[in-house]
Amino acid sequence: MNYVIIGNSAAAVGTIAGIREIDSTGKITVISDEKYHTYSRPLISYWLEGRVTDKNIYYRSADFYEKNGVETILGKKATKIDTKEKRVVLEDGLSVPYDKLMVATGSKPFVPPMKGLEKVNYHTFMTLDSVKAIRSEIKKGMKVLIIGAGLIGLKAAEALSAYETDITVIDLADRILPSILDVKSGIKMQKHIEKHGVRFILKTSAEEFSERSVKLQNGMTVDFDMLIVAVGVRPNTELISDAGGKVERGIITDMTQKTSLDDIYSAGDCTVSYDAAAETERILAILPNAYLQGETAGRNMAGRENYYVNAIPMNAIGLFGLHIISAGDYNGEEYVAETENTYKKLVFRDNKLKGYILLGDVERAGIYTGIIKEGLDISEVDEDLLKEKPQMMMFSKERREEKLGGIVR
Amino acid sequence: MKRVYVNEDWCLACHLCEYYCAAANSGAPDMVKAFNTEGKKPIPRIRVEEGKDDNAGVNFAVQCRHCDAKPCVKGCITGALSVNDGVVSVDESRCVGCYTCVLSCPYGCVVIDGEGHRIQKCDLCVKNHGGEPACVQGCPNRAIVFEER
Amino acid sequence: MAVNFNNPLFEVLRNPDRCIRCRVCERQCANEVHKYDADSDKMFSNETNCVDCQRCVCLCPTQALKIRPNENQFRQNANWNMQIMDEVYKQAGSGGVLLSAMGTPKDYPVYWDKILLNASQVTNPPIDPLREPMETKTFLGKKSQKITYDKNGKAQFEKTPYLELDVPIMFSAMSFGSISKNAHESLAKAATKLGTFYNTGEGGLHRDFYQYGANTICQVASGRFGVFKGYLDAGAAIEIKMGQGAKPGIGGHLPGMKIDEEISKTRMIPMGADAISPAPHHDIYSIEDLRQLVLSLKEATNYEKPVIVKIAAVHNIAAIASGIARSGADIIAIDGFRGGTGAAPTRIRDNVGIPIELALASVDSRLRDEGIRNDVSIVVGGSIRSAADVVKAVALGADAVYIATAALLSMGCHLCRSCNTGKCNWGIATQRADLVKRLNPAIGSERLVNLITAWDHEIKEMMGGMGINSIEALRGNRLMLRGVGLTQKELDILGIMHAGE
Repeated sequence: MNYVIIGNSAAAVGTIAGIREIDSTGKITVISDEKYHTYSRPLISYWLEGRVTDKNIYYRSADFYEKNGVETILGKKATKIDTKEKRVVLEDGLSVPYDKLMVATGSKPFVPPMKGLEKVNYHTFMTLDSVKAIRSEIKKGMKVLIIGAGLIGLKAAEALSAYETDITVIDLADRILPSILDVKSGIKMQKHIEKHGVRFILKTSAEEFSERSVKLQNGMTVDFDMLIVAVGVRPNTELISDAGGKVERGIITDMTQKTSLDDIYSAGDCTVSYDAAAETERILAILPNAYLQGETAGRNMAGRENYYVNAIPMNAIGLFGLHIISAGDYNGEEYVAETENTYKKLVFRDNKLKGYILLGDVERAGIYTGIIKEGLDISEVDEDLLKEKPQMMMFSKERREEKLGGIVR
Repeated sequence: MKRVYVNEDWCLACHLCEYYCAAANSGAPDMVKAFNTEGKKPIPRIRVEEGKDDNAGVNFAVQCRHCDAKPCVKGCITGALSVNDGVVSVDESRCVGCYTCVLSCPYGCVVIDGEGHRIQKCDLCVKNHGGEPACVQGCPNRAIVFEER
Repeated sequence: MAVNFNNPLFEVLRNPDRCIRCRVCERQCANEVHKYDADSDKMFSNETNCVDCQRCVCLCPTQALKIRPNENQFRQNANWNMQIMDEVYKQAGSGGVLLSAMGTPKDYPVYWDKILLNASQVTNPPIDPLREPMETKTFLGKKSQKITYDKNGKAQFEKTPYLELDVPIMFSAMSFGSISKNAHESLAKAATKLGTFYNTGEGGLHRDFYQYGANTICQVASGRFGVFKGYLDAGAAIEIKMGQGAKPGIGGHLPGMKIDEEISKTRMIPMGADAISPAPHHDIYSIEDLRQLVLSLKEATNYEKPVIVKIAAVHNIAAIASGIARSGADIIAIDGFRGGTGAAPTRIRDNVGIPIELALASVDSRLRDEGIRNDVSIVVGGSIRSAADVVKAVALGADAVYIATAALLSMGCHLCRSCNTGKCNWGIATQRADLVKRLNPAIGSERLVNLITAWDHEIKEMMGGMGINSIEALRGNRLMLRGVGLTQKELDILGIMHAGE
């Protein structure tokens, strides 16, 4: 069997693991337009901050490809999938034949049209090369403007604050991390970040850029030495759509991660997932999801039928030492408990835990995640204990015996 | 594979497992030195839950199950968590404390260390003495056992 | 009030360099001796409550604790010693009878320790138990000497019910109530594994333990708790308890607070009501009355089970035993005055009864003299502490021994002698759920099996040394015994010669 993987991040590594569980000899080729050994994309902010060394940015050990029998074609972009001939065409015109193909192309930074932006030498925050470029330019005392108060923008802010820079973050929304946090936790996190010297200007956007400053819709003008655009990302779906595959907001797959095209699978940030908590389709651009989708796809590519289910949005965020863990969907009946330094929101719907946000005290949050994924009815747990904190005590003795005692019923 | 199994009928909530675990993983040669040296207290990777009110008298220890699903390893953003012969362990030098594993573990068994920048977890004592894990050795009532099932 | 101050018996010695404030001592002490103070990050002790059960010492992970006798001393007085004075103070405060538990701690003579065993030299060589067969199996019950022949001339033996013991050691009566369910389960499991018997005591048989019936002796005592047909049928033998070594002549009292749902069901008495065992069986005032009960029980169980009559060792024990041997009983169990108890009035425990060694020797001699020794087996208890005590008891004439204190020790008991408080930190003599839990029967039974297995090895070693290869051949073989430091009168009663003779 001849497996080809386009992409070299979490979904690709998951795919390799999935294939190798079943097929230890089939040929695997990884194609990536980036020249690096597989590295962890979320680590680029830690690398920039200096908390991760050059060596530790790699997602897997140096002998990973060798140990897994993987050939690599790095630094070359795949430009086309020829489904008739079953080959991937590279930018240099060469092509790679496949029996089973994985498209794990991820996403790219979205830079909306903004007036005057062409005059600015701006950065995005997505790849190792992008943070390497930032690192080569950043200097102590610089004024940094970040557009976008989402996760990428704020991780960039955290990393750059290590350089004793003067940071301003602007966002169109009225609060930070709007897609992940609710209002209260957003405000708490914002206050915390502000304590570390980051300035937020919300509910506004850039009207016009000049080389070293921007005029905002609200009339303010902000000067900057460095501009980072972190408004959002867009999935890389062109390879599939050009080949005639089904693409909506992202690449559409079935539960085996197969696309609408024969022998072509897809996983990671470029795909649409079924969010089991919100019971809707959406892009779940998070690393665990990418890996697990890849793993599922790999197993199916190697011939073992396997389904990826129970995906939910979930995030673990640490910014300037304050941690938030959240998961699921926030539509439903809320239970909120708050102290000066912590915040907890649990969301119930249809007699089930559907989502949660924990700020400050995040210990054992995964127990909540597990309950959401399992779709456990609240009547099966002690609701008071569930609300108190994540703990195994909330489960029935029988369930605990299964989970902890190794008793199979 | 041998794993630690919990029999909550016999857990006395004496918490000795926590102390034996913390000391064994502290790098100190004995329990007194592990805990009575100035500076930070070693943290256990096993935690005892004690029932209150309706659950009074119900106690049990929880630590990594080294489960088959391994969501912590699969979700780890750095590759710090890995599996060797079924045992999930963390390379602390590669952990950045993102807590994706804390978010993922349905048993709540990934422990946040006191400094808040890393995680710790049970590795069945393979890194210190091997053999029967320290918690199991220290349990006075066989509420946790290390066996093949 | 100062005059009411109870002088603590013990001091807690805590090595502050070793203490890591893990608080296991605090969590594990039902007497609330230890307390953590968060402000000073230190452990404190309230020693007045300490009973020296050693639970904290055993669990302390850094060996930071020692319990030792209180150094505080009253003015020395050989006659009015400190304990006697303390007891006077206690009674002056309470106006009550003093209660104690386990066997008497007083310094009465232990005859086992004044008896030495023989060993073979040159002639009648010793036997190596690792190479030669060595029998510690024994049978309890009437051993009929009569042989009749049928018309074909085939020998006919009288068949009598018996108990078959793989080791000549049984666990003596401890009721469910005086000890915990987990302690009972440990004993039941161990007896089954060992091929011997444990004894329900007077508290009935918990429904969970009917499965161990083949290794259970069901006791019928003066309170008749939990006695019904099913109970009598459940066990391998029935024991009528007439007396107990630690408290001859008095009954028992299990306070209502210990009668929880399970005990209430098992004893068939109301929850929370005191369980009083009368001093006498109200239907037994003579050997003839006893014979009626023996035969009634046999009738009830189809004459399939041996009946044991258990008595305390008292002054005229030989005559009493002779009567019991004629009552139809198959086994006489004699309990010496050093035997244990869950609770007894201190004065009774410490002053009533006689040592088992003397009682056994005189009963065995008396039954032999009367020619009825083979009509009954003799089982002795009341402080059998080691395999050597077992061997000496058998050589003095016992068929088997009963142990209880040694069994409790192997389950964790440290002889703090506070069973009567119901707060046993080792989960043995308690009904408090959180404490009962501390005895995992898997561990308890394993340790009991270890103990008896070890003793069995030792018995074989000692028998082999004497050139004897079966318990049957050792029984009553008093030539194997010599006394040291005993008076002629003591030697005469024991029926043994002095060392050197």
